[in-house]
Amino acid sequence: MKRFNKTFLTFLIALLPLMSWAQIDGEFIKPQGGKFLLQNATVHTITKGVLTNTSILIEDGKISQMGSNISASDAEVIDCSGLVIYPGMIDSGTTLGLVEVNSVPETVDYQEIGNVTPNMQALTAVNPNTEAIPVTRVSGVTTTLTVPQGGLFPGTAALINLVGYTPDQMYAGFKAVVMNFPNSARRGRWDRRSDDDIKKDNEKALKEANELWEKAKSYHELISKGAELDYYPEIAQLAKVVSGELPLMIEVNAASDIQNAINWVADKDAKVIFSGVKEGWRVADEIAKAKIPVITGPVQDLPSRQSDRYDAAYSNAGKMAKAGVKVALRTNDSENVRNLPFHAAFAAAYGMGKEEAWKAVTINPAEIFGLQDQLGSVETGKVANLIVATEDPFETRAQIMHVFINGYRIPLSNRHIRLYQEFLDRSPGLKSN
Amino acid sequence: MKKRHIFLALLLSLSLNFSWAQTPKGSVLIKNGTVLTVTNGTYENTDVLIQDGIIKKIGQNLSAPSGVTTIDATGKYVMPGIIDAHSHVALDVVNEATSPIVAEVRMKDVVNPFEIGIYRALAGGVTISHAMHGSANVVGGQNATLKHRWGMDDPADIIMQEAPRTIKFALGENPTRVHGRGNGQQPRSRMGVEAILRNGFNEALQYKKAWEDYNQAKSQKGSTAVAPVYNERLQTLADILDGKIIIHCHSYRADEIYMLINVARDFGIKKLVFQHTNEGFKVAPEIAEYTMGASVFADWWAYKFEVYYSTAFNAAILQKNGAITSINSDSAELIRHLYHEAAKTQRYGGMTDDEALAMITINPAKQLGIEDKVGSLEEGKQGDVVIFEGHPLSSYAIPQMTFVDGIKYFDIQEDADDQRQRISPTEAVEPILLSEENHRCMQDTEHLFETASALFQMNH
Repeated sequence: MKRFNKTFLTFLIALLPLMSWAQIDGEFIKPQGGKFLLQNATVHTITKGVLTNTSILIEDGKISQMGSNISASDAEVIDCSGLVIYPGMIDSGTTLGLVEVNSVPETVDYQEIGNVTPNMQALTAVNPNTEAIPVTRVSGVTTTLTVPQGGLFPGTAALINLVGYTPDQMYAGFKAVVMNFPNSARRGRWDRRSDDDIKKDNEKALKEANELWEKAKSYHELISKGAELDYYPEIAQLAKVVSGELPLMIEVNAASDIQNAINWVADKDAKVIFSGVKEGWRVADEIAKAKIPVITGPVQDLPSRQSDRYDAAYSNAGKMAKAGVKVALRTNDSENVRNLPFHAAFAAAYGMGKEEAWKAVTINPAEIFGLQDQLGSVETGKVANLIVATEDPFETRAQIMHVFINGYRIPLSNRHIRLYQEFLDRSPGLKSN
Repeated sequence: MKKRHIFLALLLSLSLNFSWAQTPKGSVLIKNGTVLTVTNGTYENTDVLIQDGIIKKIGQNLSAPSGVTTIDATGKYVMPGIIDAHSHVALDVVNEATSPIVAEVRMKDVVNPFEIGIYRALAGGVTISHAMHGSANVVGGQNATLKHRWGMDDPADIIMQEAPRTIKFALGENPTRVHGRGNGQQPRSRMGVEAILRNGFNEALQYKKAWEDYNQAKSQKGSTAVAPVYNERLQTLADILDGKIIIHCHSYRADEIYMLINVARDFGIKKLVFQHTNEGFKVAPEIAEYTMGASVFADWWAYKFEVYYSTAFNAAILQKNGAITSINSDSAELIRHLYHEAAKTQRYGGMTDDEALAMITINPAKQLGIEDKVGSLEEGKQGDVVIFEGHPLSSYAIPQMTFVDGIKYFDIQEDADDQRQRISPTEAVEPILLSEENHRCMQDTEHLFETASALFQMNH
C-alpha cells in the first residue's frame, strides 16, 4: 500500500509540468486598451443619422475621429466592411453586479435592512468580477444603472460601464437616490392584504415620506446656514436630493400612484425621474405634461390587470413616447440584462418604432442622466462604448462581432461560451475508449 | 311526470359525457402566405386549406369550398400552432406537496378554462400547452395536455383528450427543499431522490406482480383468491413501467439527469423527457441515446444555485448532439413569445430557421406523443395554425391570428380591451398585480417556508 502511494506520488510529480501546460493552453484574454481603427462600417450614430463607409478611431477611451478617410499608422485596424456600428446600449435599471445567485442569500447584495436607507451605495456592492458581466456585455449592453431594492428609500443607484476591476473604474458618472413610492397595487397574487389594509399601509408610507422630506429640508437649510448637526447619514443623503445635488428616482407603477407621485413632486424642487411606470400608458399625457422622464421595463412582461390588452406591457413605452414623455428602457434584471436589445425590439414592434426604441437604450438615458456629452451616441469626443454587429443587434440572429467599452476591446468570451466550446463535441462522447 | 324527468336527466348526462368529442371544428382557407411547414420546407405564395378542423390541402391556387372563409395572408408568414411543453397556465393549483410520490394526482381535475393566460398564450401563437404538476415532489402528479379552445365552459373541452398520459417528476433542489428541509423527511439530498425513485418502482413491480398472480389464480376453477388492495399511486407507477405514461422530469444538474437515465434503463423505461435540463448539455450524448430529449429555457440561468453553471447554448448543444430539443416557457409571460425564445438559439449556437422553429412545434409534439396529430403543417394534421406579421424568428414579429382546429381564437384586429370570459364576483375592484405570479413550479408550497417572497425568487 505504502509503495503504491509512493509510486503514485512520483507519477503525479512527473505529470506536473504537463498540468501547467494545460493551464497556459486556456490562457485568459483580458480587455485590451489601446488605439483602434474600425474601418468602413455603416455607423448608426443615433443622433446624426446613418453614415455609410465610415471609419472610427478610438483613442484614450474616446472616439477621437470619425470619417471616410482616417489613417492612423499606430492603431490596430479592424475591418468592419459589411458590418454595422451602434453605440453601446444602456440598461437604465438592473441589479447586475449586486447579486450572483438569487436564491442564495449570501450572494444577494441589492437590499439592506430597514425602510429608510438612502445612504446605501449600490456602487460599493458592485462585484466587478461577477460572471454575469461578461455574459451581459457580449450582447452589446455596455452600461447599466445598478439599483438597490427594498423599502421606502432603499439606497443610491449608480451608473456603471461594464469594464474595470474596481467600482470606481466602472463608475460612469451618475447617481440617484431611489424612492419606492407608496404602492396601492398588490405586489403579487401572494399579497393577501385586504383593500383596506393596502390603503392604510399606503397612507402610512406617504406620511412617513412627507415627514422625511420635511426633515431633509430643515437639515439642508440648517447646513447651508453653517449649522453643525449630529451625524445623520440617512437624512444627509436625502438632503442632497432636496438641494438638487442628486436626482430622485421614484419607482412607481399603478396609474393612480403615478398621478399621486406627480402631485407629490409638483411642489418639490427636486430633479425627478420615474422608474417602472408599468401603467404609464393610462396617464401618459399627465406624465408628459409634468415633464418627468421615465425609465420603464421590463417590456416583455404581463399586463398589470387581467382586463388589460395582452400587449399592455409591450406597448407601454411606445404609448408614453408618443405622448411626449422622454422614455428610457430597463430590463429590471440581473443575470439576463443581455436581453435588453430584445425588450427594445418588442417596444419597437408594438408601437414605439425602431428609431425611438434605439434612443430609449442610448441617447435618452444619457440625457436623463445628464451624460449626453459622454454617452448614448456615436460622435467624436464621446466615450468609446461601441458595438460592431453583422446586422441590427435587436435581432436574435445578429452576431455581435466586437464590443468596446471605455475604449477597451472586450473579449467576446464568457462562461456560457466556454461551456459551449467544451461540450458541443464532448470527449469522451457516449462511450469512453 | 317523474319518469320524464329521469329520462331528461339521463339525456342531459349523456350529452355532457360526450361533449368533449364535440369541441368546435372549423374550416378556413389561408391564401398566399409564406408557409413554414417546419417538417417539409418553406413555400412562398402558398395556401393552406383547413376543413372541419383538419389540414386538407397545402398548395397554390386553392379555392375555398362553399361556405369556407378565405383569409388573405399575402406578405405574412403561416406556421404551425406553437406547442409549449412546460406550462402551468389554466391550472387552479399546481403542487400536491404532501408526499415525495403523488403519482395519483391529476392536473385534469384542476383545469380552469377561464384563465386569461390561455388567451394571452393564443396571442403569442401558442395552441397547445402541457399543463404540468409542480416540482415539489420526486414523482409529481399526472399532467394534462391542453388545446387552447378559448371560450369553452367545460374544462374537458380544453383538454386534448387524444394526447397520451404524461407525469411530472422532479429532481434536485425543489423536492429536497420541500421534503428534506421543509418536512424533515427523505429526500434531503440527490442520493435520497434516487432512493425514492427506486423504492417506488420496486414497490410498483411487487404491486404489479400481486395483481398478475391474482388474475392468474382467479382464472383457475374454484379459485378463492382475494384481490390485492387497489392503490392508484402504485398503479400509476406500474403504468409508467408498462410504457403507458411519458415521464417529464424537472431537472437541472448533469449528475441528476444521468442518475434518472440509469434508473430508467434499469427499470426498462424508455418514455422519458427532461424538463429545464439546464446542464443537459453536459450529458447530451446520453440524453440523445436513451431518452425522448430535453425541453429547455432559451436563456434562463443563475436564479438558483443548480442553474449557475448553465449556458444559453444548451439547446444548440443538445440539438447538435442529436437529442430531441424543445424550448418551453414554464411562465405565463414567456409562453406569449416562445417564437422569440426559439429565435435566441440562432444567436446562441446558429440554429437554422427550421431547427429553431422545430423546437416550439414538432419537437415538443414528439415529447408529448402527439407528433402524428400536430406540430407541423402537413395534410391530415389538426388545423392549428398561426399567422405572423414578419418572420416568426424576427424580434419584431407580431402574431396576427391563431387557429385551433380551424377555429380562430385570436385575431389582433378583434382584440378588445377586456378579453376575460368570466369576472370573479369576489373581486369587485380588479386587483393590480405588478409582479404577477409568472412562475408557478413551486406554487402551493408556500406554507413550508418562512416568507412567500423569499420563495418567489427561487421557484422554478
